[in-house]
Amino acid sequence: MNPQLIRGLGYITASIFFIFGLKMLSSQATARRGNLVSAIGMFIAVVTTLTAMEEIRWFWIVFGASLGCVVGVLAARLVKMTAMPEMVGLFNGFGGLASLLVGWSEYHGKWAAADPVSLFTTVAIFLTVLIGAVTFSGSLVAYGKLSALIDGRPILYKRQNLVNAFVLGAIVALGVLFSVQRLDQLSGSGYALVYLELIAIVVLALVLGVLSTIPIGGADMPVVICLLNSYSGLAACAAGFVIGNNVLIVSGSLVGASGLILTRIMCKAMNRSLANVLFSGFGSATSTKGAGYQGQANPIAPADTYLILEAAHNVVFVPGYGMAAAQAQHVVRELGELLHDNGAEVRYCIHPVAGRMPGHMNVLLAEANVPYEMLVEPQDVNPTMEMVDVAIVIGANDVVNPAAKEDQASPLWGMPIIEVDRARTCIVLKRSLNPGFAGVDNPLFFKSNTRMLFGDAKASITSLVSEFKQ
Amino acid sequence: MELNATTIPLLFFVFVLAMFLGVELIKKVPSQLHTPLMSGSNAISGITIVGALIASSREGGTAIATLLAVLAVLFATINVIGGYLVTDRMLEMFKTKAKDGGKP
Repeated sequence: MNPQLIRGLGYITASIFFIFGLKMLSSQATARRGNLVSAIGMFIAVVTTLTAMEEIRWFWIVFGASLGCVVGVLAARLVKMTAMPEMVGLFNGFGGLASLLVGWSEYHGKWAAADPVSLFTTVAIFLTVLIGAVTFSGSLVAYGKLSALIDGRPILYKRQNLVNAFVLGAIVALGVLFSVQRLDQLSGSGYALVYLELIAIVVLALVLGVLSTIPIGGADMPVVICLLNSYSGLAACAAGFVIGNNVLIVSGSLVGASGLILTRIMCKAMNRSLANVLFSGFGSATSTKGAGYQGQANPIAPADTYLILEAAHNVVFVPGYGMAAAQAQHVVRELGELLHDNGAEVRYCIHPVAGRMPGHMNVLLAEANVPYEMLVEPQDVNPTMEMVDVAIVIGANDVVNPAAKEDQASPLWGMPIIEVDRARTCIVLKRSLNPGFAGVDNPLFFKSNTRMLFGDAKASITSLVSEFKQ
Repeated sequence: MELNATTIPLLFFVFVLAMFLGVELIKKVPSQLHTPLMSGSNAISGITIVGALIASSREGGTAIATLLAVLAVLFATINVIGGYLVTDRMLEMFKTKAKDGGKP
């Protein structure tokens, strides 16, 4: 059969699989099959490509692909569920790097042969390299922040946005210079220079990826991860324009669009604009903290907490990053079961931006075998919060901060929160009274119906569980 | 595909339609599924492996161009394999009130 035809049919089949896969991924009942459908689409795309290629360097392809398989399988199997956000970030970065390398390799081939390259192709190569490099280095920074290899707090310096604008301006200027030159008309030094321009673009784009990610604080990481996910799709899409391949364009733009939608959902959940997330350095020492709340926090001992819980009929758990950090999800589930056996209605209320990744808490609680019907969203619990006997806040902070609706000066003002302060009793599990990741003081700790259970979340819950068992 | 005045507008046509389709597909997704959706779509962005395969076997490709492309194959494969497996691992845990689970 004609290779053109094989390619056309194979790629459209793969695209259909990707579309159905994504559709199925957005519903609980079909999600797992959806992922499989999408993986089959990827398999079809790869087989089609290999079938329609005239010359194949098998040795090198098998070498690269098998090494990639080993690394991919090991990483996916060995990673702990609590380390999932950084692992997804890292995979994402590798996708960006791969697109960058594809663009570079294509250009190198054309450069070495002094091919007459059209303006369209050079612009596409420029965009592939730029987006791919920003995705890669940005994801590495996100990985570092999420895995605590580097400080999660925003790194800010004077005239930061100016520096970033300058770097971006330099990249665009170089990009124009790079794109307008026709390789077949260059000679001598100009011929070498155009290649140097490409290298400079790669280096500057890597720098830009780092510079634009370091001012973003850990609590805003869900937004950044979504955005980088979108970029990696757009990088693949740009690579598709370089080689004139429509399956790359289709799947790349599907990912680009879905990443943008997720980014918007995350921003909405925090009542902030994307620009505010990217440029404000939210949660740094220099941004406003709101009124420094004063007052007496009421500490409580595990034995007294047990007495409150034992009498409760309606309990809501509100997990946050602290639960992930303390690896407390299994003991939390155990406590939830004990409360249920004691006759209480138990629910887990999850804020969309709790944790370091969209849906982070859902994954952890699912790992601990909490049935997903027990996981509810803030709008399901808030209207009836007065009926809740005990709200147990486990390592969550900003998403339960009442300053969001009480204090107009607070940086959190207007953010939809889980209104645990309206529950009859609110028990906050926390190491100390320090403000959360965003550095915003939390008046919840000083409310008259709040009790602070200080200590490591896992240790505290474990002692509650043993109280119940006695 | 040969890039010329006929095919280039077609590629843009496909691009624009796919962007709109992507937006419509993801519009209504429960927040429970944000993580798997993200890591699943992340695996799809590994489609750049197709570009890497093509670039690795260009006729008369120089050693450096091939080396870059093989590295691209390597990283794209990690993205694809790792992405799909991690997503599957996550979704495997998303259980409903199971009959066999015993406790609610």
